[in-house]
Amino acid sequence: MSSKDLILSKIKAVPLEPKDIPIIPDFETDGDLTANFTASIQANKGEVISTDALKSLLDSGVFEKVYSRVDEYSSFSNAEFPEDAHQLNDLNLAILRGQFGVAENGAIWLEDPDMGLRALPFITEHLVIVLDSDQLVGNMHQAYQRIGKKTSGFGLFLAGPSKTADIEQSLVIGAHGAKSLRVVLL
Amino acid sequence: MSHPAKASEFLQDPAKSKWHDETLWFVRDKRDKSTKSVPEWEKLRDLASQIKDNVLANLGSYLEEFERNAKANNIHVHWAKDAAGHNEIVLGILREKQCKAIVKSKSILTEECHLNPYLEKNGVEVVDTDLGERIVQFLNQAPSHIVLPAIHLKKRDISEIFHEKLHTEKGNEDPDYLTQAARIHLREKFLNAKVAITGVNFGVAETGEFVVCTNEGNADMGVHLADVHIASMGIEKIIPKREHLGVFLRVLARSATGQSVTNYTSHFRSPSPGKEIHIILVDNGRTEQLGRPKFKDSLKCIRCGACMNTCPIYRRSGGFSYESTVPGPIGSILSPGIDLQKHSSLPFASTLCGSCTDVCPVKINIHEQLYEWRQEITKAQPDKAKSFAMKFANGIFAVPFAYNISGSMMRGALKILPDSITYSGLNTWGKQRDLPEIPNESFKDWYKKNRK
Repeated sequence: MSSKDLILSKIKAVPLEPKDIPIIPDFETDGDLTANFTASIQANKGEVISTDALKSLLDSGVFEKVYSRVDEYSSFSNAEFPEDAHQLNDLNLAILRGQFGVAENGAIWLEDPDMGLRALPFITEHLVIVLDSDQLVGNMHQAYQRIGKKTSGFGLFLAGPSKTADIEQSLVIGAHGAKSLRVVLL
Repeated sequence: MSHPAKASEFLQDPAKSKWHDETLWFVRDKRDKSTKSVPEWEKLRDLASQIKDNVLANLGSYLEEFERNAKANNIHVHWAKDAAGHNEIVLGILREKQCKAIVKSKSILTEECHLNPYLEKNGVEVVDTDLGERIVQFLNQAPSHIVLPAIHLKKRDISEIFHEKLHTEKGNEDPDYLTQAARIHLREKFLNAKVAITGVNFGVAETGEFVVCTNEGNADMGVHLADVHIASMGIEKIIPKREHLGVFLRVLARSATGQSVTNYTSHFRSPSPGKEIHIILVDNGRTEQLGRPKFKDSLKCIRCGACMNTCPIYRRSGGFSYESTVPGPIGSILSPGIDLQKHSSLPFASTLCGSCTDVCPVKINIHEQLYEWRQEITKAQPDKAKSFAMKFANGIFAVPFAYNISGSMMRGALKILPDSITYSGLNTWGKQRDLPEIPNESFKDWYKKNRK
């Protein structure tokens, strides 16, 4: 008997009473979505900045190798987008557009077309995500309603920079992935 | 070795064990604050619990639905009845890809299957990429906590092992500096790995996708740079629909560390062009646990670790004292189902205070199951050390005269007995504890005098 048949037959042999799937009610969210989203991003050790702040950051030239998938900032792109993600290893800054954000936790939804290569938001040293401020939902239930039955090979809720507290519970930003997250709300 | 014996090893260093206790309580406190910011928190726990009840009642059909949908998405689906089967499947894929080195993100299931020693024996280098797991791997240790793998270590210990393995400055204990050293070391491993292994937090039957949560981003760094992604998933990790992720993701991180969500929540539905995703569905004792009506609810666990952070025994005895992959209260109801003889002392490593049950995001009745295991173990092994004292006490409580006289004798004796006897090795309860001051009279005598 294959492992699959064995496992399924063992499950079948257990008498189990039926249990209904509960219906998830609509949980109300109160407060201002933008204010809540901003507070959540800050709690996750990210930053919400203005378009002007982003412009001056880009103008300052602190980021050597920059790649933007957002048209408004494509003039700052100075890197050819590679076919192989390994070549992104020396990328200093990536600018992406998020589809929508979740106010209760700061999570921003990205899918394959938003990233180009799935490794991009992780391997880049610093990350900027541009998001329309009318694309905010209150909580994760609303977020999954918004995603609905859509299919993307890979979907990501990104809520902050890479972080760890594995050494004596001291919070350190920049474990393996992006060392910072800046969100620009348009 | 029994839990009390291993716990006393942990308590050899009082300063460190005090830090461990207080730090985990701090994490528990963060969980409390975070959950109180969600008005519908208790409703979410009910929903999470009910969804998992439905999962266990329909486990077979959800697994088949998941397989069907995952295959339609070009994911390779494997089934493993036990740890050995799981490990052979992994090695088979590695041999096919001629891969001699892999990166692995946090997966409690691969710990349970002892995958690392198996692969190393077969000539494969395994690099754990979660910082805490890399630290314990350097020390040839297992994680002592499922969410905080290196919580039993101080930064001095980590500084020393990093000096040895990564040539960091001797004596530099700065967490930022040490993390940066690990980042550089692991970045090279990520860039060179052809195969990456991850665990699975949730598998969605309706879509055939699976979800992996991390804060470090190590799972994604591994899999998106590798050609092949192998995901190991316990069969109980299945959930019916995508919308149910909304419920579980709201409770998971808040229960674990007090964060509202992990910084990365990755949904894998199909591989990138030219790449492969394999998922291994593992039983390894889970169907047996499903068949135990009193204990099947332990399979609802989403591995947040909240029961460990709150447990007065876990905090004061450390993860290694449990000698099982999943320690703490939840481990103490899972492990006896796997090996009753080896883990027979674990259900007794509890005060039955019920705090674990109170914090559990899927409302597992953990402390009641601990109590149930005690009944099973006492039936199976009636001559445990504790039972002598119990039988002796039974005799005293059964005879009123014996009870009265033993009370006054003990009050007299405890005053004159030297500490060497009161706190001798025979009296487990005398360790780390002081007796309260002994009253001159019994409560019964006091009551007679004062309440006439």
